[in-house]
Amino acid sequence: MKNKQLLLGDEALALGAIYAGLSGAYAYPGTPSTEIMEYVQKNPVSKERKIHSHWSSNEKTAMEEALGMSFCGKRAITSMKHVGLNVAADPFVNSGMTGANGGLLVIAADDPSMHSSQNEQDSRFYADFAMIPALEPSNQQEAYDMAKYGFELSEKFEVPVLTRLVTRLSHSRAVVETETEAIPENELHYPAQARQWVLMPAVSKKRNRALIAQQEDFVKASESSPFNSYKPGTDNRIGIIASGIAYNYLMEAFGGNCPCPVVKVSQYPLPKGLIKQLYNDSEAVLVLEEGQPFIENKITGFFDTEKKIYGKYTGNVVRDGELDPDSVAAAIASLVPDAAGLRKNEEEKDVPSIVAPRPPMLCQGCGHRDVYGALNEALESYESPKVFGDIGCYTLGFLKPFNAIDTCVDMGASITMAKGAADAGQHPAVAIIGDSTFTHSGMTGLLDAINEDSPILVIISDNLTTGMTGGQDSQGTGKIEEICLGLGAHPDHVRTIDSLPKNHDEMVRLFKNEIEHKGLSVVVSRRECIQTARRHATQKK
Amino acid sequence: MKTDIVLAGVGGQGILTIATILGAAALKENLYLKQAEVHGMSQRGGDVQSNLRISSEPIHSDLIPKNGADLIVSLEPMEALRYLPFLSKDGWIVTNSVPFVNIDNYPQQEEVEAALSLHGRLVMFDMEQVAKEVATQRSSNLVLLGAASPFIDIQPEKIIEAITNVFASKGEKVVSANIAAFQAGRVRATEQM
Repeated sequence: MKNKQLLLGDEALALGAIYAGLSGAYAYPGTPSTEIMEYVQKNPVSKERKIHSHWSSNEKTAMEEALGMSFCGKRAITSMKHVGLNVAADPFVNSGMTGANGGLLVIAADDPSMHSSQNEQDSRFYADFAMIPALEPSNQQEAYDMAKYGFELSEKFEVPVLTRLVTRLSHSRAVVETETEAIPENELHYPAQARQWVLMPAVSKKRNRALIAQQEDFVKASESSPFNSYKPGTDNRIGIIASGIAYNYLMEAFGGNCPCPVVKVSQYPLPKGLIKQLYNDSEAVLVLEEGQPFIENKITGFFDTEKKIYGKYTGNVVRDGELDPDSVAAAIASLVPDAAGLRKNEEEKDVPSIVAPRPPMLCQGCGHRDVYGALNEALESYESPKVFGDIGCYTLGFLKPFNAIDTCVDMGASITMAKGAADAGQHPAVAIIGDSTFTHSGMTGLLDAINEDSPILVIISDNLTTGMTGGQDSQGTGKIEEICLGLGAHPDHVRTIDSLPKNHDEMVRLFKNEIEHKGLSVVVSRRECIQTARRHATQKK
Repeated sequence: MKTDIVLAGVGGQGILTIATILGAAALKENLYLKQAEVHGMSQRGGDVQSNLRISSEPIHSDLIPKNGADLIVSLEPMEALRYLPFLSKDGWIVTNSVPFVNIDNYPQQEEVEAALSLHGRLVMFDMEQVAKEVATQRSSNLVLLGAASPFIDIQPEKIIEAITNVFASKGEKVVSANIAAFQAGRVRATEQM
């Protein structure tokens, strides 16, 4: 029996995992990956089976928790945005060394075009770096099917498998055919190769050689993967390698019938055999891939002769931003403009010049607004105050009307950069960080600042939720001050204020006083996120 | 059949509800559908859009090519203009006429309306007013869906069925208000076509 459902790419993958006997999902919210965990949390099967679906403090703890579940033989997923994989990089890369016992899928959702991110890094490089297989679904159905397939692949080779999504798949809905019930979960059982889970040099050296020896098997698995294919063509002037959703844009460009030879790639390491066939059959090669030129980079070493390889390095495909049907059609047209069936790009219309940009902004009634209003006033009398920002809704404080922050780099960097700046002699040095970002990666940095009593003001703008990603539970709710005190901050300089318009003057005074304090200060400014407050009010009705 | 729609508006206006309803109707009709949404930072009062593709044949790309959309459906007039490069030669614009002004440099309303009128195939009226007349202002997005429905090759009864299912959990009152809004929008659009 099959069922048809309308699912986001994120949801399809989550449901696929649940139906494939998932025992635990581990994640920290991050666009475009958030909906994977949210789907597991609300799914009836997952509730009935009590599948683990509590948010983790950050991606590193999530990855390690998932690895622990895999160690015990059960199937686990951990999901994060691409930059979250940086946070989880230590356990992730080392999980290639320990291997997996229960099927382990590490899901990284990349954000080419940076719809809601600070860079365009391509997670496929991480899988290569950790020497483990990776999957890259090209559509929602594949995302669903690849969950079960990925668990099986992971258990067969006893390594974790990276699943790479991109925004346009994560956040696009399509009709997906699904099973109607879930297979049983794995029973608890321990790894057959127990020693390799202790990564001491003597063990790791042996394990590293074993993992290297496995690489050929991974390639073979890619060559016979149901998700990879080679389709010979009639127009051999150019052979096309299209990975992930780039394959869809290629098909769109030709209305489904590409006359050129095509290798579709949705499983890595690259299917060398298929690509060699394509190379031999074609006069030159064009690589279409979403993200950075990973395949283009890799394949140069595959061949003996010297046919031309076109892609992002050669400028035929745009190097930055996400692909779209137009840029892919243009890339093909740059090489074979007369290819049979190629959609012609009509003359482009311009957006009328009166259309003004409409950047995102903090909501009306948001406490971060009051914090920035008061902070700007408190800093008015200083010549060159510096405010170190962080990742969250309050990053919007950079824009008009506040223009309040000087940096935003990565989760937790506000506190540590403010400390470094103070070390360099900067005063005032202010850090502003949200509650969820604070427990994600701010606590360790605060400990550094506490241990040196650094003269910085740390504002923890606590809205009692993870706001930017849509209001997920925040791990520090109700204990932010206790955490600061527990780390050793002086009680006289851990202050709390409700960030409400009526407290404006008091907040300005408090900020001024703490900026003048010759050591570390923390001000917790608190007000529930207006979005979650509204939702809670509706629920009560 | 094939209908490619760019749904536009400002974060928080409710364009995704329109997509949800059309998605439910398309699923019921056994049609293919792809709908790319925008989540995250841009939802905070910025411009948002969703690409919705419905077809009786399999759909390849989640995104609509330039000059490829059959319809721009917008809850805000300036936002309708933003996606003009995506509209096909024969495409229609269906938009609310009420500006959502949350930026300093919002153009004059007359300029916006003039730019929209340059494109002949236009349905534009005050959808908030129509919503208020037959339901509440919150149903403006259903008025818009109704106004767009003559251009979408799904029978209106099927869309009404989808509205009923999507809002079922909110009670009969909400369902009938939304159906009334849908129908009022459809009638107004038919007059302007």
